[in-house]
Order: sequence, then structure tokens, then C-alpha cells
Amino acid sequence: MPMLEAEPAAAATDVWHFAQEAGVTSSVETYLPLVLLLALSTGFALFSVVIAPLVGPKRYNSAKVEPYECGIEASPQPVVGGGRIPVKFYLTGMLFILFDIEMVFLYPYAVAADSIGLFGFVAVTIFIVAITVPYVYEWARGGLEWD
Amino acid sequence: MFGAQVTALSPPSVDYTAMLPVLIVLGAAAVGVLLEAFVPRHLRWSVQVTVSLVALAGAGIALGAYVPGAPAQGVTTMVDTLAIDAPALFLWGTLLALSFVALLFIAERTVEPGGAFVSQAALRGAAGAGGSVSTREPETTGGRDGAAPADGARGMQTEIFPLTLFALGGMMTFVAANDLLTMFIALEVLSLPLYLMCGLARRRRLLSQESAVKYFLLGAFASAFFLYGLALLYGYAGSVRLGDIATAAAGSDRSDTLLFAGFGLLVVGLLFKGSVGPFHAWTPDVYQGAPTSVTGFMAACTKVAAFGAMLRVLYVGFEGVSWEWRGILWAVAIVSMAVGAVLGLTQRDVKRMIAYSSIAHAGFLVIGVMTLSDSGLAATMFYLLAYGFTTLAAFAVVSLVRDADGEATDLSSWAGLAKRSPLIAGVFTFLLLALAGIPLTSGFVGKFVVFSAALGEGLAPLVVLALVFSAVAAFYYLRVVVVMYFSEPAAGGASVTVPGAFTTVTIAAGTIVTLLLGIYPGFALEWAGAGGFAF
Amino acid sequence: MIASSWLLVALPALGALVLLAGGKRTDGWGHLLGCATVIASFAYALALFTTLLGRQAADRSAEAHLFSWIPVGELQVDIALLIDPLSVTFALLITGVGAVIHVYSLGYMGDDPERRKFFAYMNLFVAAMLVLVLGNGFVSLYLGWEGVGLASYLLIGFWQYKPSAATAAKKAFVMNRVGDIGLAVAIFLMWKHIGGTSYAEVFAGIGDVPTDVALVIALLLLLGACGKSGQVPLQAWLPDAMEGPTPVSALIHAATMVTAGVYLIARANPIYNVTPTGQLVVTIIGAVTLLVGAIIGCAYDDIKKVLAYSTVSQIGYMMLAVGLGPFGYALAIMHLLTHGFFKAGLFLGAGSVMHGMNDEVDMRKFGGLYRKMPITFVTFGLGYLALIGFPFLSGYYSKDAIIDAAFGQGGWQGWVFGGAALLGAGITAFYMTRLMVLTFFGKQRWAELTDSEGREFHPHESGPVMTVPMMLLAVGSVGAGYFFVQGERLVHWLTPSLGELEHGAEPVLGHGTVVAATMTAVALGVVLAVLLVARPETPVERPARVSAVVQAARADLYGNALNEALFARPGIWLSRALVYVDNRGVDGVVNGLAAGLGGGSGRLRRLQTGFVRSYALSMLAGAGVLLGLLLMVRFV
Repeated sequence: MPMLEAEPAAAATDVWHFAQEAGVTSSVETYLPLVLLLALSTGFALFSVVIAPLVGPKRYNSAKVEPYECGIEASPQPVVGGGRIPVKFYLTGMLFILFDIEMVFLYPYAVAADSIGLFGFVAVTIFIVAITVPYVYEWARGGLEWD
Repeated sequence: MFGAQVTALSPPSVDYTAMLPVLIVLGAAAVGVLLEAFVPRHLRWSVQVTVSLVALAGAGIALGAYVPGAPAQGVTTMVDTLAIDAPALFLWGTLLALSFVALLFIAERTVEPGGAFVSQAALRGAAGAGGSVSTREPETTGGRDGAAPADGARGMQTEIFPLTLFALGGMMTFVAANDLLTMFIALEVLSLPLYLMCGLARRRRLLSQESAVKYFLLGAFASAFFLYGLALLYGYAGSVRLGDIATAAAGSDRSDTLLFAGFGLLVVGLLFKGSVGPFHAWTPDVYQGAPTSVTGFMAACTKVAAFGAMLRVLYVGFEGVSWEWRGILWAVAIVSMAVGAVLGLTQRDVKRMIAYSSIAHAGFLVIGVMTLSDSGLAATMFYLLAYGFTTLAAFAVVSLVRDADGEATDLSSWAGLAKRSPLIAGVFTFLLLALAGIPLTSGFVGKFVVFSAALGEGLAPLVVLALVFSAVAAFYYLRVVVVMYFSEPAAGGASVTVPGAFTTVTIAAGTIVTLLLGIYPGFALEWAGAGGFAF
Repeated sequence: MIASSWLLVALPALGALVLLAGGKRTDGWGHLLGCATVIASFAYALALFTTLLGRQAADRSAEAHLFSWIPVGELQVDIALLIDPLSVTFALLITGVGAVIHVYSLGYMGDDPERRKFFAYMNLFVAAMLVLVLGNGFVSLYLGWEGVGLASYLLIGFWQYKPSAATAAKKAFVMNRVGDIGLAVAIFLMWKHIGGTSYAEVFAGIGDVPTDVALVIALLLLLGACGKSGQVPLQAWLPDAMEGPTPVSALIHAATMVTAGVYLIARANPIYNVTPTGQLVVTIIGAVTLLVGAIIGCAYDDIKKVLAYSTVSQIGYMMLAVGLGPFGYALAIMHLLTHGFFKAGLFLGAGSVMHGMNDEVDMRKFGGLYRKMPITFVTFGLGYLALIGFPFLSGYYSKDAIIDAAFGQGGWQGWVFGGAALLGAGITAFYMTRLMVLTFFGKQRWAELTDSEGREFHPHESGPVMTVPMMLLAVGSVGAGYFFVQGERLVHWLTPSLGELEHGAEPVLGHGTVVAATMTAVALGVVLAVLLVARPETPVERPARVSAVVQAARADLYGNALNEALFARPGIWLSRALVYVDNRGVDGVVNGLAAGLGGGSGRLRRLQTGFVRSYALSMLAGAGVLLGLLLMVRFV
């Protein structure tokens, strides 16, 4: 992967250059963690799939035969309103994903918290505020109430 | 293993004074969201209007304070993701001024009693099963489709103000973004609120919601193009920074397929936002369906943002390979002008007609963008400023012409309007003349400077075509004038509502600026020509 | 004096502004203000004129810089006024005739409910026309050019309740735009090749421009001139423009605005001096127009339309003259001035007739009016004599000089253009005599008729507010030509603007021969008209069975059909085709596919969910084409 000459300091702070530099060394050990991670995740997935039917209890009920055990009925039911799925469900689901996923961004900060110091702290605080503001809005305007 | 890189991280330097206008706008937007949460309903409108206007004025003052002492070459900040240079500052000023006026227009609530925005029609409980479509806020629901808004007159959806501010913040970032990733984020920040705003009309809700969904779907589609182009360009240049892409394009022996495929996709995304043909398809439907004040805001500000970004991308990133893409933009400009001018001829709806006019204008702007010269840059930015004010005022006039079912946008109900309301008809005629490019209006000066810049760069055939198409377009502007002045008033036709103070200011500001820039454009032209891009 | 010459424009502009902005409050006195500003402007123009007269010929050109209009990079456009003999002459004509017609309008429009607006538009017109002639460059000329177009559009459609007026206004606007494109492109070309757009810069640099570019500029300017001055092939709007009130026809569509094309070419004379081909084209256009206008003029029964085609024809003479080169410029301006007097007088006379005849315009319903309207008859008659070139009246000096100069070209050009001009003079005499006879002589046909609303005609002389302006213009019709020619006064006066007077090549006919031939042609025309029109009883209805020539002339020599075929049809077709593609092509493919797959109900539902997919498809197709082209450009 070719690399453009860029100032080291600036490049290092730039996520994109950061990723790039990781690739530049191009020795085998750079990719070792990736390979390990890949193997680990595949292994875990296989393990879970295989182990669940072997060791899990087998108490069947109607919910258990659903493809997803999350409350959505896979096929529309003949109830009032044409068997639609409550829109509320999606709303709450989306809100969850929004706030949940945004928290993932805190991980990179946690890794680099020492080296970027106060600036990073302020930045992350702003980020958290930026998530909190809509959260507060949702809460205050009743977006989190089911009924 | 990763530790080595982590230690190299150091805090980026941030030029807060330069960024202050954007920070104020985005900050005020966040404050606006909190206000929505905590301020009692009956106070929200006044509080939100005050906060938004103060924020815009504050951002304007911050900008005004920064500009005189700004470095001539501009600065880049936030690890070079933002370039705050002369064009960015000019476009910021343009955006702030336009948004200020548009916000007044949006805040109007005497023309449409209670304001033009509601989040839901008052079909409470009828559409949902078991309260699944529950109305969270019964107080803010508006009138039924087309019905008199008697039960919804109590309030409007004041979220429109923070949404406007978010969109504006996105636009300001968009025109200053120095790398494509920042540009993409800004694109989303400006687009998402707009999608929402389009669906908030109190009247003709189905049309409004349809337009919002259309805009959203097509906008997402266009964003995908942009993002794909971004990825390909990163693959080519190994960087998303415009300057790096230019360097890579100038001195590399790598396959150009990535470069040009990436460029093409990127440009499609930008052309969509600027409603340039053949990526214009959404424009008439959305302009027609969205609440008129939102349409005005979109038509004025989105155009500025999209073309501001296009200028930066083409000037900074792809000037070196202009030989390869100029021909393509020739075709795009011609298609856009032809579609806008010719299809506009058959429109019966005033808002759709202005939409087609905006497509034609987008074609003229593409000519300005293609020049890649200093005078072309200044000319295009001036054109954006001029067009923004004219079109905003035009939509404000449209919002006043009403009948029992709300705005009467069908041309037939405008018949004989001049007899009932000579002042409004006169103002609208003036604005249409500006759109047609008649001298002593800003439209003429804008076209004149853009076309002369284009001629200087050897785009003469395009300029001739542009003149022909502007003559064709003049025909449908004229048709509105003919209908207003020379037709017998239709029975049960529209009448002009007395505008509230806010709309009055909008129309007055738009008209005065249109006239002022037509008579004495020197100030704006000088500022627009203050300098080139920094990268 | 010169530094404050902006007042010349500002006065009528202020009048228009006050009248338009003041609204109904100015209804009572607005028309008087309108007149006063134009008269004041005329007084100022007179003062300016005497100032220039007091100077040496070489010092008679001065610029008054007002402000810098469009400064962007190398492109600098200033708003400045050029005060020189040519522009002051025009300013005098515009404000002078303008003032007279404003006064006349006090009477003519006295009962109109929209009188205030009428005067506002008229003031607007005068201001714009002054900008046109006083500007120091092509951009300010363009500014005035569009301004007069707008005012003309507003005034043609002034009587909005007449659908024909609205249509005529639209037609005028659109056809003018065709010409405007020519002018605009010419200006852009100047900027590109010379780097400036002011007269001084352009004329200084035109010599260094490649000949073919200069020719293109000249032809484009000519296109603009044709649009504004109603020259072939863009003549069709001018007769329709007579739907406007008669004072408008007199001021705008006879005396001033339509001559802007002549002004443009005379002003741009250095450009034409370097392109003999350009001059030749101008001459040909002029010759063709003067014949076309004159021939069509014979076929109409509408008194104003006849006068309109007469205007087209007379401007053809002026075009012919400006095409002849240095000597012709001054002749064209002279004819323009005398024509301004007598044609405005004729229109005011026609307006006076219509005023007395319940706004009837069909000459077949007139007849024997000289008894009822003696003053109108005499002033109109003097204008008529001047127009046909009766010896020692204005037209005799100006038009015959043009005919003389046309023969003076030498070679085939001399014969062709001289012959055309001569023939035109004969036809002019014919149709104008026909007009005179039908209107003022013969049986009083109106006595047994009623107008379209069933009222009887009671022709009467108009009041002094209308007749005095007519008398003033009649004085001009009689004396202006002699005044100008005396000691080649006008030619010398205009020399600083138009260059030294040069006589052309060896004339193919001697001066005396030309005069004699012209007089013969005119006399023949008059006699023929008297024999054909006055002798037999004039039918009140216009005969349907007429010869092919008359039919062609009645159809404007098929000018409208031609225009429709050339401009309107392709536009409509293109528009229809694009709409078709938009509705059927893209949507159709998608919908057809959907219908095939999902059946009827599915199709309906899909229709209801909108066409967003077809939009997306069009975007995808656009992106595909764009990408394909990009890569093709790169790799093929």
C-alpha cells in the first residue's frame, strides 16, 4: 500500500493516516492480531452454535420457535389495524441503537486517553454532551414512554 | 503493538476564532433542542425565534469581527479538515445572511394561523391499531389535509428552528470542508434536518410527506454515490484530503480508473444536492410539497452549500485533471439548462415552475464552476448570493397568495392578481425579472460576471447556449407576469394575505438585496474576489 | 453642466418611482408630475446642447463618470454617461418628442382609470431610453436596451383587458429577447477579444481583432438591432405592438425606441468600418425591410398597422443608410430625426382620429373626415407629405438623400440598393396616399355605420391639449429637414461622434437624375393610389377575393408563419418531447416492468407510492452515463 509523504505529527493524529501507517510496515506480525481475532471470532461463533443445542435446556413454547426472540412476530397477525407491527417498537429500537452505537466511539478515546490529555477529555465531554442533549430531549418529550 | 502509534497522538490545534461562527450555530442548535425539552409549550415559539435569531446575529458578528483580520491565504484547522479561507468566509456570510432572512420567513405565523409546521395530521388514533400511532403531543397536531386549521391553530412545531440551525451548521461546514470525509459528514448534517423539515407542512400533508420521503430516499441514494466516490478516491490517493488527491493525481503512475470513477461518483452526489440535471428529478416534487418557507430556505441555502463545496472540490482537488472532466460538465450544464428551461415551460404550478427555474440556474452555475479561474470563483459565489436572495423572496411571495385551502400555487388562480394586489404583483414581477436576468437586478450582474468569466476560459459555445436557454426561461417567467397582469381575475381565485411582519421583512430584504446587487454589486463582488482556496 | 448630466436620466426615473411607489395618492397630480419631469429633462438636454455648441468641435465629447458598477478582476464596467453630439441629439429627440407626447397624453389618456400607471411607465421608458443613448459603453447600452424593452412590454399590454394586447406584449418581449441574445453575445465577444466593453476601449481595440471576429460581432449587433427596430426577420412584433395606447405607438414604436437599432449601429460605426461584409449585410437587411414593410403597408385597413409597417419600412431606410458607411451614418441619423417628428405626428393624428371615432381603427369606416377634424387633417397631411418626400418638407431632404447615397455606392450595389430605395419611395407614396384618401376624403362612410358596441360615430376635433402637440410636431415635419441640411449643419455637428464625412464612389446616377426619378416614383405612387382607391366606391367590408399578392401582404408576407416555424414550433416540440421522455420514458419503463410483474393492483399501488424509483433510476442512468463518459475521455 503506497504511502504519501505527510508530516508525521499531523499524520499520526489523523485516523486515516493512522490506519495507513499500520499497513505500511507490511510485515507479517502486523497482521497477526487480525488473523488471531478472525480465528477467535469464528471459533466463538461455531462454538456457540454447536454448544447451545448440546447443553441447553429444551423446553419448547410458542415463543421459542420464532426465528427471533425479540417480540416481533415474523408474519403479520390478523389483529385490528391490519396486523401491523407497532411503530413504537422501531422507534425505541432505533433510539437504543443510536445511543448504544455512539457509545462505541468512547473505546478509541479510552485507548488514547493518556496521550491526548486535556484536549481529548474536553472533546469527549463535548461528544457525550452532544449525545445527552438529544437523549434529554427524547426523555422530556416522552419519546421513551411506551404508551 | 498499537502503543507506538498511540504515543504519537497529540492534540490538534484548533483555531477557535476562525471557527466561531460555526460553533455558535451548532451550539445554538443544541440549546434549541434542550429548549424544546424544557420550555413550556406556549413560550417555545418566542424563545426559539429569539435564540435562533440571536445565534445567527452572533455568528454574523463573529464572522464580521474575524474577516478584516483574517490571514489573506486563509487558515486550515482541526488537523486540516476545515479550510477557513476567503471563499469559505464569503459563503459563510452568504449562508448566514440568507438563513437569517429564511428563519424570519419560517417563523411567520400570522399568514398561516399558528405557523406553517406541524408534525402530524389530526387523525388521532384512526390510522393506528391499539394506539400504536399514538400522538405523543396532541396539543401540536394540526388541521386535516386541506381543512381549515381551526383545531391546530394553537401552535406550530418549533423543532423547525433547531433543525434549521443544524442544517445551517452542516452547510457552513460543507463549504469549508478540506477533506472529503468531513465533507460527507457535513453533507449528512445538512441533509437530515432538511428531509425532516420537508414533511412538516400544515396543509396538504400527504404531498408534504411524500416530498420528504422522496427527498430522503433520493438523498440517501446520492449520499451513497458520494461515499462510494470518496472510498475510491481514498483507494487512489491514500488520503481523503483534497490537496493530497490533487498531488496524487498530478504525480502518480497509478491507474486513473480509480481517480475518475471516484471523481464521477463524488460529483454525482454534489450535483444532486445542487439540483443539477440530470440529477434534478427530486427538485420539482420536493419544492412543491415542502412547506414554502422550507422550500425557500432549501432553494437558497442548499444551493449555496452544494455549489460552494463543488467549487472547492473542483478547484482544490481536481484542477490538474480538468481536461478530462470538463467535457462531462459541459454536458451536465447543457442538460441542466435545457431541462430547467424547457420543462419549466409546461408547468402549471408556481412552486414547480420556480423549481425548474432553479434547475436552469444550476446549469448556469455549473458553467461558473467549470471556469476554474479566480474571476469564475468570485462570479459563481456572487451568483449564489444573488440567486439566494431572489429566490427566497419569490417563495415568500408565493406563500402569501392563498385561497380557502391554503396556498394557491396553481397558476390559474394567480390570474389577475395585479388588480387585487398591485404591490405584491409588482414585487413578484421584479423578482421574476431578476431570475430572467434583466439589467438593474442582481440576476443580470450575476449572469454577466459568470458568463464573462466563462468566456475568458474558452467556454464561448456554452455561454451562447446559456443565453439561449435564459431567453427560453424568460418566457415562462413572463407567462406568470402575463397571467398576473393581463388575465381576468378568476372567480374564486386566490387573494393575497396581508403578510405578517416576518414575511414582510423577508420579502423586503430579498427584494432590496436583489435591487442593490443589481445597481451596486461592487462591494459583494470585491469580497467574493478576495482570495482563493487554502488547502 | 456635464458632470451633473445624470439628472437627465434621474428626473424621469424619479417621476416613475414616485408614481409607482406613491400608489393611489398620486392619482390626482401624478400625470402632471410625469409631464413636468420629462419637460425638465428636455430643458436640461437643451442646456447641455448649448454647452456643447459653445465648445470647439474637438471638445464636444465628454464623459461623466458616476460609479463603478461591476468590478470583478479584469472586468471593469462603469456606469458613466457619454455626452457627445450624437447622444445629445438623441437626448433632445427623446425628451423633446417625449415631452410633446406626454402633454398629448394628458388629453388622450385623460379618462383612463389607470392614467397614473400609464405616465409612470412612460417616464420609465424615457429614463431607460436615455440610459440607452447616454451610456458610455455597450453594457450600459444593454441596460437601457432591456429597460426600454420592459417599458415597451408594459405599455403594449397596458390595456390588459384586451387579450390581443397581452399576446402582442408577449410577442414583442420574446422577439426582442431573440435580438437581445445577439447583443449579449456580441458584448461578451468584445470583452473576450478586446478586454473592455466601453465604447472608447472597444473602438480603440477593434482594429486588432481578427476580421472574422469583428464580422461576427457586427452581425450579432445587427441581430440585436433587428429585434429592437423591427427589421426582417424579426419585424412581426412591431405592428402587433400597436395594441398599446396611441401615444405609446407614437413615442416608442415610431419615434424613439425602435430607432435604437439604428443608434446602435451608428454608434458602433468603428466596428462596421472594419468589416465591409458586415456593412453589406446591414444594407441588405435595410433594403429588404424597407420593401417588405412598404408592401405589407399597402394591404392593411387598420390605420395604426399601416403606420406601423410604414415605420418598419422607414427604419429600413435608416438601416440601409447606416450600412452605406461613413456618409450614411449622418444621413441615417437625419432621417431618424425627421422621421421622429413626422411619424410621431402621424401617430398622434391617427390617435386624434380614433379619439373622435370611438377608438375605431378600420379605415374603411372612415372617410371625409377633413371637414370634421380640420386641425388633425392639416397636421396629419403635413406629416404625410413629409413622409412621402414632398419637396422641401423634412422627408424630402432626409429620404431623398438616402436614395441618392444608395445610388452613390457605385457598381451593382448602387443599382440594387438605389433601385430598392427608389421603389420603396414609390410604394410609400402609394400606401400613404391610400391612407389619406380613405381617412380624410371621399364619402363619409361612418355616417351609416355604428361601432362594435352599437354607438353611432360623432367625429369631432380633439381639444387643444392634443392638437397643440400635433401642431408642434407638424412644424418639425415641415422644417426640420431644411434646418438640418442647411450648410450640412447636422453632418458637421455629428462629426465628432460619427467620423469625418466621406462621399462614396462614383455614383451610378447623377444627383439630378436621382431627384427626378424619386419625384417621378412618388408622383406615380400618389396617382396610382388616387386612381385605385379614391375613384371607386370603397367597400366597408374588406373584400375577401383578392389577388395572391394582396393575400400574401395581408398575411404579413407570411412573417408570422415563418417566425412560428423558426422559433415557436421547435420550442414547443422540444418541450413536448422532453415532457414525454420525462413522463413516459423513465416512468414508463419502470411502470411497465412493474405492471408486468405485479399485475394491475400492484401497479396501482406502486403508482400511489410515487415515482421515486424512476427518479432514482434516472439518477443512476445519469451517473452511469457520466462515469462512462469520464472513463471514455480518459482511456479512449
